[in-house]
Amino acid sequence: MIKGDKILKGKWLLTGGKIYDPFKEKYLKGNILIDNGKFERLTTNKSPGGDINTLDCSNKFITHPFIDLHAHFREPGRENKETLESGCLSALYGGYTTVCLMPNTNPPIDTPELIKFIMDKTSDYPISVLPIGAITNAQSGKELTEIGLMVKEGAVAISDDGIPVEDSRIMRYALEYSKMFGIPVINHAEDVFLRSGATMHESVESTKLGLLGSPHITESIMVSRDLMINEYVNSKIHVPHVSSKESVEIIRRYKKSHNTVSAEVTPHHIYFNDSSLSSFNSNLKVAPPIRSEEHRKSLISGLKDGTIDCIATDHATHNIEEKENNFVHASCGMIGLETAFSGSYTTLNREKFSIEKIISLFTSGPCRVMNIQKEFLTKGNSAEIVVIDLEKEWRVSKDDFKSKSSNSGFIDESLNSRVIYTISGKDCFINDTK
Amino acid sequence: MLSTRHFISLKNTPKEDLMLLIETGFSFREVLDRPIKKVPTLSGKNILNLFFENSTRTRMSFELAEKRLSADVSNFSASSSSLNKGETFRDTVQNIQAMKVDCIVMRHPSPGSSLQITKFVDSIVINAGDGCHEHPTQAMLDVMSLYERFKTFKDLKVAIIGDILHSRVALSNIYALTTLGVEVTLCGPPHLIPVGIEELGVHINYNIDEVLDWADAVNILRIQRERMGIGLIPSIREYREIFGVTKQRVENLKKELVIMHPGPINRGVELDGNVADSENSIILDQVLNGVAMRMSILYHLLSEGDAIK
Repeated sequence: MIKGDKILKGKWLLTGGKIYDPFKEKYLKGNILIDNGKFERLTTNKSPGGDINTLDCSNKFITHPFIDLHAHFREPGRENKETLESGCLSALYGGYTTVCLMPNTNPPIDTPELIKFIMDKTSDYPISVLPIGAITNAQSGKELTEIGLMVKEGAVAISDDGIPVEDSRIMRYALEYSKMFGIPVINHAEDVFLRSGATMHESVESTKLGLLGSPHITESIMVSRDLMINEYVNSKIHVPHVSSKESVEIIRRYKKSHNTVSAEVTPHHIYFNDSSLSSFNSNLKVAPPIRSEEHRKSLISGLKDGTIDCIATDHATHNIEEKENNFVHASCGMIGLETAFSGSYTTLNREKFSIEKIISLFTSGPCRVMNIQKEFLTKGNSAEIVVIDLEKEWRVSKDDFKSKSSNSGFIDESLNSRVIYTISGKDCFINDTK
Repeated sequence: MLSTRHFISLKNTPKEDLMLLIETGFSFREVLDRPIKKVPTLSGKNILNLFFENSTRTRMSFELAEKRLSADVSNFSASSSSLNKGETFRDTVQNIQAMKVDCIVMRHPSPGSSLQITKFVDSIVINAGDGCHEHPTQAMLDVMSLYERFKTFKDLKVAIIGDILHSRVALSNIYALTTLGVEVTLCGPPHLIPVGIEELGVHINYNIDEVLDWADAVNILRIQRERMGIGLIPSIREYREIFGVTKQRVENLKKELVIMHPGPINRGVELDGNVADSENSIILDQVLNGVAMRMSILYHLLSEGDAIK
């Protein structure tokens, strides 16, 4: 059972702070009054009588909590790395109240029964968990899953996650068939033959480390194919964790004439570049790999002009043994939910993004991609609020995480801004900000 | 005094360190010419040769260097290890550490593994080759051998020929040679020359005849058939035709060309046998200098005294 650090029983008033509605794109005036976990009203009165508790939010930024389109919780199968519960806690402390889960569990989420398992198990959590079903049975790339039945049970998209659908015919059928359900198809875009054996981006940095590199075209070749198929069958496609300049350019071109294409980028791909791997830090070993500075810059320009719709974490837990192995054999992936906002804010604030734009990449952006309907502060609805300290500077420590794993490339980085409170109904999750 | 505690990479090794190691290397060369080739310098020190990958000459060279410095030597090889029983790399290394060794000489197939164990153990670590990354002691014996032959690094031109991509010798050589002011050209099949390597200050030329004509010395890399995926080299005869340092090619030169090879040689593939055995070949000097250079490195990293008795 997930419980907040503070239970907001009775009436609570959030005093001070700037309140921003990312869906209506406007600032609201007043103090937020919550009654038993439900939004009551905005009031200018700081103490509107009766038995009211207050939560001081002065000088903070208050908005709708975040939506993540790309997280890996390891249940069922690898509960020692992450469970639905520990993953949700990690999300809540990172400011999220909605997470979409990738299907690469063991067994993979490739049947309506398994979608139902996730929906049932998380139904009383103070966070909305939206499963993504596999495209093909056992992620084998061969036969389509029961997509319609999975959608009926609650699947919001389909993806074979880290395993690209190599067979263009299967990709065509997946896109064409899923049209009638209005859900996007998400394909991990990597040409596996071109990537073969590589453990990082191919550049002078891989040369200096003696590691086999994966060229950036590994991704753009697949993105190009996928968008061509999508155009041919006129379906809906979402490109996950875009990492290269060419991919951004291809998506930009297609977006001009098609509103059926969307894309995401991870905080780590916009924060780091491949020179960060110079000491063989296996926490930075991810797929697709962290690329060189020109690619990083291009991802930021893609976010700026709307080519990339949102930021998604690709939160991927691995236990210490899997990461402490030597670089070549270490598992790919890093956790991200608890550092996503701060890592992205640190980068994008430096790049002169407005706070409203940054917030949109975590809220309205992902909602649009997955067709999730959200409203901020509607009377009688369960309170969903995140309170951020934009002035806060903190150094990430491996002991900070609520996730079961601590494989974060952000450890020891100094980040700007921090999520202070995440409120979901009566539960308030508080980051210790000593 | 060297500027580092471990010997992992030559990437940022200052010129002073390289010259000091070469100078001491020559002092140990004299020791190797004595009737009794042993000094008590590292008496009482424990050194472990930790080899996770097959090696004959590097391991023997280290073992001889260690024994001639009077260190106590233990050997570990992966085939007899518990790695096959699922033990993690960290556990293996920490178990060894618990037995209190002063220095670990490690060969491992994964790039970065030598740097990685410095985080797990207190011992001094020497990289005896980490995958396709670096082989710093090999590069040091190469520059020592060049210095022995040319007496200077000034205006020297060295070509490295072969499969640069899969070579740990090439990268360490590039770092050492460029630090010492030597001009370097790489020559090999374009897809076996790693991306961006010219940013390290080297030239690239695919024409072997031009390269041989340009160079004062060539370091010829072995074609490592066991490292290659299918199809990287169409055939041995095509490789020899395009990149082989053949008798014919060397005879066509109007100058002397110093021949080096880190071994083992594929005679008749990357290098013709009679070129390897010719007067201008310093391949066996490299082997002897290998022992002296490793003595020099061990001495500077491990010795508390300062005399070579």
